[in-house]
Amino acid sequence: MSSTELTDLDAAELGRRLAGGEVSSVEATRAYLDRIEAEDGAVGAYLHVDGETALQRAAAVDAARAAGEELGPLAGLPVALKDVFVTEGVPTTSGSKILEGWRPPYDATVARRLKDAGTVLLGKTNMDEFAMGSSTENSAYRVTRNPWDLARIPGGSSGGSSAAVAGGLAPWALGTDTGGSIRQPAAVTGLVGHKPTYGSVSRYGLIAFSSSLDQAGPMARTVLDAAVLHEAIGGHDPRDSTSIDAPSPPLAECARRGATGDLKGLRVGVVRELGGEGHTDGYEEGVLARMAEAVQLIEGMGAEVREVSCPSFDLALPAYYLIAPSEASSNLARFEGMRFGIRVADDGRHDLDEVMALTREQGFGPEVKRRIILGTYALSAGYYDAYYGQAQKVRTLITRDFTAAFADVDVLISPTTPSVAFPIGSRVDDPLAMYAADLCTLPASLAGLPATSVPCGLSEGLPVGLQIMAPALADDRCYSLAAAVEAALDSARGHRLLDELPTRAGATGGAA
Amino acid sequence: MSTPSPKEALGRDDIAHLARLSRLALTDEELDRFAGQLGAVLDAVAQVGKAEVGDVPPTTHAVPLTNVLREDVATPSLPRDVVLAGAPAAEDDRFRVPRILGED
Repeated sequence: MSSTELTDLDAAELGRRLAGGEVSSVEATRAYLDRIEAEDGAVGAYLHVDGETALQRAAAVDAARAAGEELGPLAGLPVALKDVFVTEGVPTTSGSKILEGWRPPYDATVARRLKDAGTVLLGKTNMDEFAMGSSTENSAYRVTRNPWDLARIPGGSSGGSSAAVAGGLAPWALGTDTGGSIRQPAAVTGLVGHKPTYGSVSRYGLIAFSSSLDQAGPMARTVLDAAVLHEAIGGHDPRDSTSIDAPSPPLAECARRGATGDLKGLRVGVVRELGGEGHTDGYEEGVLARMAEAVQLIEGMGAEVREVSCPSFDLALPAYYLIAPSEASSNLARFEGMRFGIRVADDGRHDLDEVMALTREQGFGPEVKRRIILGTYALSAGYYDAYYGQAQKVRTLITRDFTAAFADVDVLISPTTPSVAFPIGSRVDDPLAMYAADLCTLPASLAGLPATSVPCGLSEGLPVGLQIMAPALADDRCYSLAAAVEAALDSARGHRLLDELPTRAGATGGAA
Repeated sequence: MSTPSPKEALGRDDIAHLARLSRLALTDEELDRFAGQLGAVLDAVAQVGKAEVGDVPPTTHAVPLTNVLREDVATPSLPRDVVLAGAPAAEDDRFRVPRILGED
């Protein structure tokens, strides 16, 4: 079968063929490497690709299989990792010049778990510098383009991962989500993205942006693939002190069961403050139309749908843009040019403080600097109570709104992001316009709750995402409803949403 | 509680001061640009002041865990040479750093 046919398969199907010996890991890996070689110049999804190592690793998996070794279901499957995960011996930058050339001495727990499961690392994907952004334009290295329309952003901060998976340059990938950085890029590229319950996936080896919010999770072409990848990385990690020591519900099983489409008894709340009546400012009509159709679809499958009000969500954006920069200003203090990464002006004429300040000046981009300054200000004596302290109290109010809502409903839904993918360059000089892309994803981030984005159609030919939020540790509910929506929409249109990408991309000069 | 006026709070001089605290050697051009942009951002985030918080406790993180400790057992650290290989400068098995004290 051709390279493109192989790279069109979802990961579950590719895994089945690998296990059955119909395809070798070397063939699958080479198919992806060929497409990366041919198309990533235009898409810009990757910061680092090492084809030789990937093929060696694939060959080792094939040899083990040929020798009759017992292999797990992920063995031989290629995967891409956002460049925020440290990977032993493999360049890791977090999208920043300050880490240029650094090869970490250890693996992040999630990278290690995927390695142990026998996956083949294709490469590290582009991202907004230190995961600060919603368009991947804040990367210090390159622009990443949306495979649906190369003139538009792939979302962010996990935009390299979304572009790679949607564009056929990886079967699936890991991203991280601090305020929406998995869900928003998944939504604007027609993928499934899930932010797990905070604490349910290890943060060990994840370069920290905002420690109380950062969470790793899967980005995939189907709900089932996302669930399978999530299961492979999740679970307690003694190396992460915020890791929850509790068993995770079976996710892939929920995705399979959910796809049968029976939602009888499920209580679904539509959040008024996220695109509902009186709260439609900034939301595109097409997004609201797809959202309304999704509500009808879910009702039609037997769920009981009602509107729910969460008034504190109106303050999620200001609270987030105080809390995240505050934590970032502290976390990013470790980049001082002494222990890793670049060092500037160490010429004997400058002392330690000056070398640190000049290194950080040269190593950080504008958004990172803005957030460090804002965070330093919000944490300053005299302003702490008014800004950071107040934001933390708002965070409590948001959690209380969720708790009250979940007394009456099992899941909450909203659009994932207020607009479809916007044109590259259109928001770069306006931080507030950029931040608005996170409007719908921030509440679940602040409350540490699981949330999925699942495609719910197109608007102006570009993907729209439906967000499904659930109580802590009830990630299975997200997968189950997402699978029902996906199955119903796929069956109604007769094919997957992503199958429409080549036609669309052809029309706009995008990746074929 | 009254929130300081953002426009007063983040002028060019304030940003220069915060940059010094943050060990960022900002250029003049950056100071000018950030003063405008951060004023607008601070204006927006200052809306948290509108919330009626009364005696609402702050949330620092979403997981109900405190003082997670491991067994007090020594485990191997990363090899020194591997760690130093990632440093911008090393000497005598240590990180080499610029001078810390001034000449005078």
